Amino acid sequence: MELGQKRRSIRWRLVIQLSIIAAVMSLAFFLAVRAVAEQAAADTQDDILAASATSIADALYSERGEVRLELPYSALSMLGTISEDQVFYRIVANDVTLTGYDDLAIPAAQDHSRTPVFSTTTYRGAEVRTVAMSRAVSTGNLAQDVTVVVAQTRLGLAATSSRITSSATAVAVGFFLVATLLSLFAAQSAVTPLNRLTKSVTRRGPNDLRPVVSEIPSELVPLVDALNGFLARLRASLTRSEEFIVEAAHRIRTPLATVRTQAEVVYRQMEKPKNKRSVREMIRAVDESSRSAGQLLEHAMVSLRTDQLDTQEIDLVDLMGDICERVRPTCDLKDIHLNLDLCAQPAKILGDPILLQSAVHNILDNAIKYSPADSTITLSLEKGDSYRMTFSDQGRGFGGADPANLVHRFTRGANVSDIIGSGLGLTIADEVVRAHNGYLEIKQNKEGIGACVSLVLPVS
Amino acid sequence: MRFLLVEDNRQLAKALCERFALDGHVVDRAHDLTSAQTSIRTVAYDLILLDIMLPDGDGRDFLKTHRNRQGKTPIIVLTARSEISDRISVLDLGADDYIIKPFDFAELEARCRAVLRRQGGSGNNEKKFADIIFDSNKGTLCFGEHVEDLRNRELRLLEVFFSSPNQIFAKTYLMDRLFSFAEDVSENAIEVYVGRVRKKLAGSGAKIETVRGIGYRMVQN
Repeated sequence: MELGQKRRSIRWRLVIQLSIIAAVMSLAFFLAVRAVAEQAAADTQDDILAASATSIADALYSERGEVRLELPYSALSMLGTISEDQVFYRIVANDVTLTGYDDLAIPAAQDHSRTPVFSTTTYRGAEVRTVAMSRAVSTGNLAQDVTVVVAQTRLGLAATSSRITSSATAVAVGFFLVATLLSLFAAQSAVTPLNRLTKSVTRRGPNDLRPVVSEIPSELVPLVDALNGFLARLRASLTRSEEFIVEAAHRIRTPLATVRTQAEVVYRQMEKPKNKRSVREMIRAVDESSRSAGQLLEHAMVSLRTDQLDTQEIDLVDLMGDICERVRPTCDLKDIHLNLDLCAQPAKILGDPILLQSAVHNILDNAIKYSPADSTITLSLEKGDSYRMTFSDQGRGFGGADPANLVHRFTRGANVSDIIGSGLGLTIADEVVRAHNGYLEIKQNKEGIGACVSLVLPVS
Repeated sequence: MRFLLVEDNRQLAKALCERFALDGHVVDRAHDLTSAQTSIRTVAYDLILLDIMLPDGDGRDFLKTHRNRQGKTPIIVLTARSEISDRISVLDLGADDYIIKPFDFAELEARCRAVLRRQGGSGNNEKKFADIIFDSNKGTLCFGEHVEDLRNRELRLLEVFFSSPNQIFAKTYLMDRLFSFAEDVSENAIEVYVGRVRKKLAGSGAKIETVRGIGYRMVQN
């Protein structure tokens, strides 16, 4: 489990990283758009306020030494063009309010500055943007400083700003979503070669140890090279052990064959029953050791293959037919009749042909070994929910041994000490059927004599 | 019947030839593929027994070339390899059967017989005695209009009697021919089979006679 938690997919890591980048960029975009737009709106208001103040200042004139003002309508109406905000104004000459709201504060500006001075203050409970502008108005012999103050509430600006904010938000969210979607595609296409490589490796059969040659991006070349190196070593090692087993079997079996054949020749030429018995024991010992060696090797092979089945489509009818044909000469030697009761239509399953042959052969071999001469072995193949291959003989059965125990390694029936056997036949068959999701059924024959073994395999 | 045995292990080859000779078969020996090729070009064999691992090559290559040349002679592979996949591959390459070393000679004989029977046989398996024609390949016994099918042990018993009519065969000799080393049977077991053969011979010009204390022989009525 711990390993599983640590396993993070490259794809998700890429998606998450790209999404984070997209989120940061969206946020930056949003902030920049909002700042620029608000600045632009504020600048517009300032420009109009300045223009308004200028046009008011331009309308100042002096009459009989006093500063007068004919407030131009346009000066205030132009402010209305941007919004429905309230406009306040105050004209102050020599600290005396000439006209307007005399409680409107004059921004603390350099008195002699002729440039408009902007400030943001609160007036009558609302935030206002104020512009103050000084103008010298000549009143005969001296010039009088007149300050024009124009203020406007900022509700319109706030509305504009919120409008800009919402559209900037919409654009940023949209950008984020599109970027995330694209990052999904990008991550998918980035891991596609990996997936292809994985598929090309996992699709292989258990015996396929050829190097991987699928098209891969340069980043994966070291990995694939390492994998191919590993495969080559594995192949070499498997070949070595296979060669070893073949060589070992050859070296053991060939001399045993010589011993056995020579013993048979000697046996036939002997007269004394006592000597004949000894040679007979010798031949049996040879048979026993060769059988044990054979079964041990076969069991090793079966254990190896059940880990990874080399699955093919097999017809159980053909399989059973072939094996019967193969054992017929051995049956003939004891005049054992093989009674085949196979269903007519093909019984196709997906399975490992070598393993299934081994299982069926072992069961049939047992049946022949324990059957008396002139008896019948019945083989049947029935199809129901599953395929049931049944082998029933007229031999000695299991002599009270618990059938369930017989599948254990080196366990044999209670009554078979006089017959050569390794105690591995049923173990092999059991392992094979279990690897094919089936099971082995062992019981005494219905008629009371003999054994009845069934291999049950699911219909695939 | 003439067999060719291709086997590089000289002791095994010698022992097998001796064993075949005991049952009256003639077997030629070849110790490598080259001499095997020479032999099959000069003599028409009824059957080839072929080892897989040979000093100058793989027996399977011999099998392939033999089949490619449309060679009809049946081949039984003698193999020390135990892998099932190996055994299947020799059948795919055109072997008629295989047997794993070490083997019971009776089983080898049975396989040879089965292969020869499948092959259809070349009429020289018929043996005649009195009015009887005994075909060991087909496993039949004919006299007059009568055709009897023989079971394996009856057939093997009759092979012994027909190999040398009028000769007395000891019970133990007959038992060795009929029963395997794995079987523990009493001397009386042979009587069962002699009894069966007698039934099949009933009405013919020959019979199996008991020679008290010694064994049996086949004589003319």
